[in-house]
Amino acid sequence: MSEAVEGAAVPGLLYSEVEDDLRASVRALLADRSPAAAVLARVEGDPVADLDLWRELAAMGATALPVPEELGGAGASLREASVVAEELGRAVACVPFLGSAVLGAGALLRTGGEAAAGVLADIASGASAAVLAVPLATPPGADLPAGVRADGGTLTGAVRGVADAATADRLVVPAHGPDGPGLYLVAAADAGVTPVVSLDLTRPLADVRLDGAPAQVLATGPAAREAFGAALSTGAALLAAEQLGVAEWALATTVDYLKTRTQFGRPVGSFQAVKHRLADLWVGVSQARAVVRAAAGAAADGHPDAELNAALAQAFVSEVAVRAAEEAVQLHGGIGFTWEHPAHLYLKRAKADAIALGTADRHRAALARLAGLPAA
Amino acid sequence: MTSAPAGASLDAAALRRRVADLVAAHDPATTDPTAFLAARFDAGLAWVHFPEGAGGLGAPRALQAGVDAEFARLGHALTGREGLVIGLGMAAPTILAFGTPEQRARFLRPLYTGEEVWCQLFSEPGAGSDLAALGTRAVRDGDTWVVNGQKVWTSLAHRARWAILLARTDPDVPKHRGLSYFICDMHAEGVDVRPLRQLTGEAEFNEVYLTDVRIPDAHRLGEVGEGWRVAQTTLMNERVSIGGHSEPREGGLIGVVADLWRDRPELRTPGLHDALLRLWVEAEAARLTKERLRQQLAAGQPGPEGSAAKYAFSRLNQEISGLELELLGQEGLYYDDWTFRRPEGVEFARRGAGFHYLRSRGNSIEGGTSEILRTIIAERVLGLPAEPRVDKDVAWKDLPK
Repeated sequence: MSEAVEGAAVPGLLYSEVEDDLRASVRALLADRSPAAAVLARVEGDPVADLDLWRELAAMGATALPVPEELGGAGASLREASVVAEELGRAVACVPFLGSAVLGAGALLRTGGEAAAGVLADIASGASAAVLAVPLATPPGADLPAGVRADGGTLTGAVRGVADAATADRLVVPAHGPDGPGLYLVAAADAGVTPVVSLDLTRPLADVRLDGAPAQVLATGPAAREAFGAALSTGAALLAAEQLGVAEWALATTVDYLKTRTQFGRPVGSFQAVKHRLADLWVGVSQARAVVRAAAGAAADGHPDAELNAALAQAFVSEVAVRAAEEAVQLHGGIGFTWEHPAHLYLKRAKADAIALGTADRHRAALARLAGLPAA
Repeated sequence: MTSAPAGASLDAAALRRRVADLVAAHDPATTDPTAFLAARFDAGLAWVHFPEGAGGLGAPRALQAGVDAEFARLGHALTGREGLVIGLGMAAPTILAFGTPEQRARFLRPLYTGEEVWCQLFSEPGAGSDLAALGTRAVRDGDTWVVNGQKVWTSLAHRARWAILLARTDPDVPKHRGLSYFICDMHAEGVDVRPLRQLTGEAEFNEVYLTDVRIPDAHRLGEVGEGWRVAQTTLMNERVSIGGHSEPREGGLIGVVADLWRDRPELRTPGLHDALLRLWVEAEAARLTKERLRQQLAAGQPGPEGSAAKYAFSRLNQEISGLELELLGQEGLYYDDWTFRRPEGVEFARRGAGFHYLRSRGNSIEGGTSEILRTIIAERVLGLPAEPRVDKDVAWKDLPK
């Protein structure tokens, strides 16, 4: 048996009262400011991101939960951040949480230093969004992307398909220089940020071009690699929480609809062929919740299982969320295929999330390594 | 569950002291195990949420896990009780909920100590998932009942002293309303237990023929015609039996297959690797879900996840055992033993991959089929409307059989 298998922890998998309260406030704010109809109206506007909502979330402390209080954050743990991610997923809210609060702040928290501290304080206050400039599909364990060169305090190169970049005023850019890999801070105004048409309407992507952009070094060498890898792995754990929220919305909305939708003189939800599919989905969502809590707990505690639990969460929850969203479209029938019904927003988010930070297959490959189950 | 005022004030520390006092008074080296269990019952430490005098203290159910753990720590772990599952898990809670003081006093103590084994006479050849359609008849004759019928799928019947029995006392009313619930003496005249051979080759279960079996009315549980409601208590408890301890990663059959993968590189193929990893993920998710449910129960917030745990387990066990056979390749073509015999205790872990595969087929049939469990989840957890029923208002005797 491998070491990871023997060292399996028994983390606390329930929600605390503080987390329940936090969830209730975030959910109430989102119900008021970001109902489905409002999201639908936003996604073809400019900007897609709702920066007023983002500032209100910041005022609640929800955008910088794991940032220490002395840096202006809430000094809370990744468990609370995971609860916020669930609620943002449930609402497919158009805010730069993943790009900035999770990936950008995740890297900055680990590089340390004065420059990082300043940006973290701005993220916490909602004054700034600083995103990690990686293609969104980058899995934890990947090396820093090769597309950007560092040279004499400037960066040159390109990064394609960066989440939330159009909203950011600062970019945390992985690059390679004469001293090896490094993480650099660049003002978005000094970079060329071009929005692209994204599959996920509620999380826009943008391409980033750097042409001798002035850059401040945050970390180099092994420290940069470590900060980059940890940001992605923690990001994978929190992304799974968002996917859980997406799946919960899809299941609950579909169940509610099928209780009232009548065909053949009966509620559609009374047909066994439909019921059993929803029961299977409920089982999957219940399991996803346990997996997401285990991943958040291990990440929060810096447990040796953190990397394994994050990979497990992505491998398991990605498929549950996609299935939930696909079932929502199918079981809503004709109305589920229309633009006016919000189901498609969740389908697009679920499928994009399943690719973001590595597909389930890549995470299973990581588990093969972490659990000692080598390939053929 | 009844909560006496005294019991409600008990906390985990107070219970640990009672455990320590009991162990101190009974030297494990010289005390007979059955006598020790009897003393534990009398001290109210058998199931702390039961009332005083019935093996409990009226304390919160959540404290039981701590009591069990403390006994284990002091060298009195409960072991070898697989043969008592029906008595402990199903008969005891039902007797507690519906039994007379005399019934509680007569049955609970020897049930707990293991001196008397119990079995369950519910399913019939014509009533599986549709249990309420059962046809075993109980006809009143003064202050006894005369019972005739056939029961199947009865584990432990050959070792049992008592059975919980569901029988039809009124065929002229709709099926759910004509049932009554009895305690049947398995040593009574007219009880004939025959081994029933399964597709694994062995006879883990029995069929039980009941011919003019006489049951005193004093052994009826609940009112005449109230049997279905009493049976709900029994079936509810069947699915709540989640252990008080955490299961380790790779604790189940997935661990056997994962170790086979690690130990036998020559068996590996890319497709099997993918299948193994998918099932490893599923097994770990199911384990964490059970762990979360355990934590919810311990915190006194039982969730509906219990009804899903058995369903998830059976599906997983079937898929993993199928993979185990394929991974073994040529060796998967052999079988360890087709002998028609009754197994001793739980043999699953000791048997070969072929047995794992075949026995796991029963997991999605026994204790509620996967189809019934999904309907329960859909209707009771998700609140989806029931299917239209054709049998609800028809007298049982007029139903198509």
